[in-house]
Amino acid sequence: MTEILRIENLQKRFGGLVATDNVSLDVHTGEIHALIGPNGAGKSTLINQLCGELRQDAGVIHLAGRDISHMPAPERVDLGLGRTFQVTSLLEDFTVAENVGLAVQARDGGNFRIFDRVTGRTSVWEETGHLLSGSLLNDRRDARVADLSHGEKKQLELVMALATQPRLLLLDEPMAGLGHLESQQMIDTLNGLRGEMSMLLVEHDMEAVFALADRISVLVYGQVIMTGTADEVRNDPRVREAYLGTEDA
Amino acid sequence: MRKLILPILLIAIFALMPLIADMVGKNALMTLSARILMYAMAAASLNLILGYGGMVSFGHAAYFGVGAYVVGILYSHWMSEVPIFGLFPGSNQLFVTLPIAMVMSGLAALVIGALSLRTGGVQFIMITLAFAQMIFFLFVSLTAYGGEDGIIIRRANEVPGLNMRDKTTVYYVILVVAVLYFAWMWRVVHSSFGQVLKGIRQNERRMEAMGIATYRYKLYAFVLAGMGAGLAGALMANFLRFTSPDMMHWTKSGEMIIMVILGGLGTFFGPILGAAAFLILEFYLASWTEHWQLGLGLILLVVVLFTKGGIIGAIARLKGGRE
Ligand SMILES: Nc1ncnc2c1ncn2[C@@H]1O[C@H](COP(=O)(O)OP(=O)(O)OP(=O)(O)O)[C@@H](O)[C@H]1O
Ligand SMILES: [Mg+2]
Repeated sequence: MTEILRIENLQKRFGGLVATDNVSLDVHTGEIHALIGPNGAGKSTLINQLCGELRQDAGVIHLAGRDISHMPAPERVDLGLGRTFQVTSLLEDFTVAENVGLAVQARDGGNFRIFDRVTGRTSVWEETGHLLSGSLLNDRRDARVADLSHGEKKQLELVMALATQPRLLLLDEPMAGLGHLESQQMIDTLNGLRGEMSMLLVEHDMEAVFALADRISVLVYGQVIMTGTADEVRNDPRVREAYLGTEDA
Repeated sequence: MRKLILPILLIAIFALMPLIADMVGKNALMTLSARILMYAMAAASLNLILGYGGMVSFGHAAYFGVGAYVVGILYSHWMSEVPIFGLFPGSNQLFVTLPIAMVMSGLAALVIGALSLRTGGVQFIMITLAFAQMIFFLFVSLTAYGGEDGIIIRRANEVPGLNMRDKTTVYYVILVVAVLYFAWMWRVVHSSFGQVLKGIRQNERRMEAMGIATYRYKLYAFVLAGMGAGLAGALMANFLRFTSPDMMHWTKSGEMIIMVILGGLGTFFGPILGAAAFLILEFYLASWTEHWQLGLGLILLVVVLFTKGGIIGAIARLKGGRE
């Protein structure tokens, strides 16, 4: 299996708007595949269809050779599809450790148990500690998520996705709103995960994209206008016109 | 060990209540205390879905009522010696009626929950209310079981070795069941499932992204909550020696919600304090003025507006900590 993800002719309409217009795309096993495109191009809409939060109107999604087009979101997670949210979406009343712990527990199972003690699940908390000690949130374990900075929340998004042990990680703008140093740290973290899992990376930060991506696909008005290496994308006139020309890259 | 102070204190107060009532010569105090225990159980069961799970169910009195009717119906068949549907004999044994009450109210919650948990927000509130009203009218129309007048239970259910004709004995049976119920509830909210439920309240979308099919977990909580309310209702039928559709009127569902909010949403002791505050207020206000509901309404308004987190929240702030 060389493709962890294969998307065929995916379509999604919102009323008259075609948000996903006949998208075909694949992510090779082990690769970091970036998806770029202007605001409103339909990147998040695509991610949401891949993870099962939105249902496509037409088209097929294969994860590791399996048709997951009509599978509910939680089952896709079990098959190894992890995601982060563009607008952070966390358990705000819980601490950092409780957030990660619940993500580990969710994967580990026993979620219907009513006679155990959640604090007594040593393997869950050991793994939580392990995940956190390898992250920038190590000193923030007991902080309530509502009290975290934006950058810390973005970090937590990633750690929680990793806790589900994904084979394919869908990252929706992990650097959005981060300062330069924080972005660099995020790039390093993602680079460190290279090879452990495949990634589909949606990102506006071109520095990050060029630093990380093995291949890049460009989405404009719901259509993939090209897929190629960083150099190919940089030098493509259509991309310059549609995307790079309109923004400072 | 400090954690044990409040439960031990509460158990001691409730255990001493019949003696205190006897001393001051006010039998009504024991009745009030028993009502607090039973409503605290019902409110705690509602708190599981409303406070911990974030599901605003406006029909919780239905399960309370179903539990009460199970006791009433079993009793009337036991008296008449006519099997139910010609199949099952009636019963006047507490150890038989309580489990059946829990099963039946759990089944009612399973059906209602399965249908209404597909929705959310205001729709969910309205649908749970509508189903509860359907059950209410079903029992109003059941003339075989007294219709609007309900069923009179001449004697509380029997417990081997106990004299259940004695009101004080019944009181202590209620207390024991309540303590067991709250011990069970303590385990649930600190279990793996409890953690999932708290997660669902905070962010259902996140839970789905972690691989949790939230619907099943919400339904499970809904059924557990229904069973708890049914248990409380079954005790109530024994205590009042009476059941009627009034027990499942929508205003009772509203009162349970008020108790939960008053005590502190999603806190363990909140429903006990909320039920106590509500029923004590009702008890004294009603003896002063027939417009007690207005007074109660005003007090509730003050609590909701000025104390975030109900009574538990206010206590926590007085202690300078955060819940
Ligand atoms: N639920 C929805 N209903 C209607 N229109 C929607 C919905 N979600 C997205 N859209 C529209 O679909 C288009 C694509 O939106 P999407 O969020 O996927 O863009 P994006 O590429 O992620 O943009 P950004 O870079 O700003 O995050 C936009 O025009 C948006 O307004
Ligand atoms: Mg987006």
